[in-house]
Amino acid sequence: MRLLTHNMLSSNIKGVANGFPLGIEVEKVIEEKVDLNADFLKNMLFKIEWNALVEASKTLGYSELPDNAESSMLDSDDFLQKFHHALLELHLEEGALVCPETGRKFPVSKGIPNMLLHEDEV
Amino acid sequence: MLSKIARIQLVSSDPEVYDPCDDSFALVDALLADRANLLAHRPSICMEIGCGSGYVITSLALLLGKEEFSSYYIATDTNPRAVRVTQETLEAHGCHAELVNTDIASGLEERLAGCVDVMVVNPPYVPTPEEEVGRDGIASAWAGGENGRRVIDRILPVADNLLSEKGWLYMVTLTANNPLELCLEMRKKGYASRIILQRSTEEESLHIIKFWRDLNTLMEASEYKTVDKTDGIDPESPSKYASCNIN
Repeated sequence: MRLLTHNMLSSNIKGVANGFPLGIEVEKVIEEKVDLNADFLKNMLFKIEWNALVEASKTLGYSELPDNAESSMLDSDDFLQKFHHALLELHLEEGALVCPETGRKFPVSKGIPNMLLHEDEV
Repeated sequence: MLSKIARIQLVSSDPEVYDPCDDSFALVDALLADRANLLAHRPSICMEIGCGSGYVITSLALLLGKEEFSSYYIATDTNPRAVRVTQETLEAHGCHAELVNTDIASGLEERLAGCVDVMVVNPPYVPTPEEEVGRDGIASAWAGGENGRRVIDRILPVADNLLSEKGWLYMVTLTANNPLELCLEMRKKGYASRIILQRSTEEESLHIIKFWRDLNTLMEASEYKTVDKTDGIDPESPSKYASCNIN
């Protein structure tokens, strides 16, 4: 599971008012290089919740992202590389996502998060 | 040599996961036929709901392939074995997609709202008894309840929420699902539609519908609410639905 996906997930448990961002418990992280595409990153910057990305990235062991980001930074290759790396090249293979309100864990196995709810959570 | 679409020999399988069949092939053929439009559309985020074997999402990733832009592909399935099989199929083709084991798009709906540029769905559309809908295992791939609409009717509002302003939805339907009625319902939400591929097999008649947001449709939809019904849309006139040839 890439951090881009983590940034798009929130707790779907009934009654939870603020389920984003999900906490992360790490058991296994892998890094996989993919080609950088600046246009894609530019699009994504507007959709991403930056703080959530910075925190998640640190949890996965990568602390190079600046605390704040704005579109002018997209002109910097250095920023693009770091943004690209955090967003697309870090994968949580094994671990869990944690609901910030209830503490309920959503397991992540082979990089796939399981967001299926039990009957009483729907 | 890069395949244009997924290769059957490389598609993974599992007894509890729906293998690609006529409906999957029809959807991919429809996407192939629309490839030039899809490329010009430059979608940033593409999503499949109900990825099954991974045949469709893999084909979509391949046919949009290594052009000037890249897209974020995300696929969901309620069957945990299906997401695993999809992962294997993607890997076998050298493709990447994010996978989430969830019911339709649960957990993604808040953050992905208004973000998906292309959505593809081959839903459980077979008319079955209601009790068969939503059961674990392979039956969830086809069981659609009354008129095969139970799951389709849950998917469409989710699609409406997730699709971006320029979002396109491609969906497989059967005649039994009443495709014209689906188009009418989507019309009320401001979507134009066109049946872009029809295929009849011995068992069923498939209709692949493409939906997209259209300002004129949205305006007509708001007018229809205030005007006398006799001035409204005539369901007997198929040309009304075929008229939106934006592509």
